[in-house]
Amino acid sequence: MNSREKIARRAEKEIENGNYVNLGIGIPTLVANFISPDKTVVLQSENGLLGIGPYPTEQEVNPDLINAGKETVTTIPGSAFFNSAESFAMIRGGHVDVAILGAMEVSEKGDLANWMIPGKMIKGMGGAMDLVHGAKKIIVIMDHCAKDGSAKIKKQCELPLTGKAVVNKIITERAMIEVTENGLELKEVFEGYSVQDIIDATEAELIINNVRENVSI
Amino acid sequence: MKPIYNSAKEAVAGVQDGMTLMVGGFGLVGIPEQLILALVDKGVKDLTVISNNCGVDDWGLGLLLKNKQIKKMIGSYVGENKEFERQVISGEIEVELTPQGTLAEKIRAGGAGIPAFFTPAGVGTTVAEGKEVRVYDGKEYVLEEALRADYSFIRAAQADKFGNLIYNMTAQNFNPMMAAAGKITIAEVEEIVETGDLNPAQIHTPSIYVQGLFQAEQEKRIERLTTRS
Repeated sequence: MNSREKIARRAEKEIENGNYVNLGIGIPTLVANFISPDKTVVLQSENGLLGIGPYPTEQEVNPDLINAGKETVTTIPGSAFFNSAESFAMIRGGHVDVAILGAMEVSEKGDLANWMIPGKMIKGMGGAMDLVHGAKKIIVIMDHCAKDGSAKIKKQCELPLTGKAVVNKIITERAMIEVTENGLELKEVFEGYSVQDIIDATEAELIINNVRENVSI
Repeated sequence: MKPIYNSAKEAVAGVQDGMTLMVGGFGLVGIPEQLILALVDKGVKDLTVISNNCGVDDWGLGLLLKNKQIKKMIGSYVGENKEFERQVISGEIEVELTPQGTLAEKIRAGGAGIPAFFTPAGVGTTVAEGKEVRVYDGKEYVLEEALRADYSFIRAAQADKFGNLIYNMTAQNFNPMMAAAGKITIAEVEEIVETGDLNPAQIHTPSIYVQGLFQAEQEKRIERLTTRS
């Protein structure tokens, strides 16, 4: 299992039977592949769909049916279509149970940066700034460190923010960390890593208290 | 009962340089393809365009962009377009990036007579800079103002001759709110049926918001064809 799949598999455990869930673009989209068959989960797509189904077969492709990543999709029985204002009303209104997003940086207060890098072309925030304020549980899934090895979990974000104090939980290929009122609490360390490894790879202060170690996914 | 234009050219005839246009769609889904092509042919300039995205290099609003007809773009995500990037860097186009839900609500508010509203989206980010922030129940909200347009160009699957509209699947997106927020709204539709042939309980956009209709074949280009084996 590669690290992206590992992260997606661990993130799936945060989803409960009956949840309405929004999955961001990138690794979060992979989570859909791991949803346990004994859970009924309704995936929300912010372009106006509740109940995203699998990718279509070539015969099933409908150009009017896409997800927020603009990929062709299908619907599940029980799905519903609606306009963009309605879509974000259900997001901001707190009706979505879980949102799983990618990130460039997360701070120890739960600030999230995932939409722009100064000096690079600005593409736009899409729905991310709305999503982080509405869903009951905001889970960030990402690689623990950047490609150059630098920490992505920081005392403070250096990149422009998507939202301030919005993240509830961080899941990486190495650990699961909860954002609490007192700071970041290390809850799980995954197989192959030690508590010290996580501390060394994290710039933010970690609260070490009742850590489950050697957790296999 | 509403004018039905014989050509896309006729449908966009009233658009003048410097106007503000809303254009429906999410990516390339639900865009008024033929009306955009007619705007390109007409060559109107200095347009302010309000749309979630700005098309791709060779289709949708990307064509207006390539033709340098857009002065200012208001949208939430413009990342699929190289020409857009070039015009931003060279300062040829002004961009106002707005969180997607805020954009939808600004348009909804514009059509619903609400001049402004408070939303949590963007608080503590560059989006909230220079805007009023107010606290309700201990949480911060930023004041965002409504948007209106001289023309809204939208796309629907079906219309009756009154101008009642029904959309198909995710081609609905921003179209209903834009219908209400345009001083003049022209709907490009795949099919026009007789008044009375649509089920009133299924209408998405009531005819009061629509000032003109144009029937057209849709190419419906797919941006990211994704299939399972």
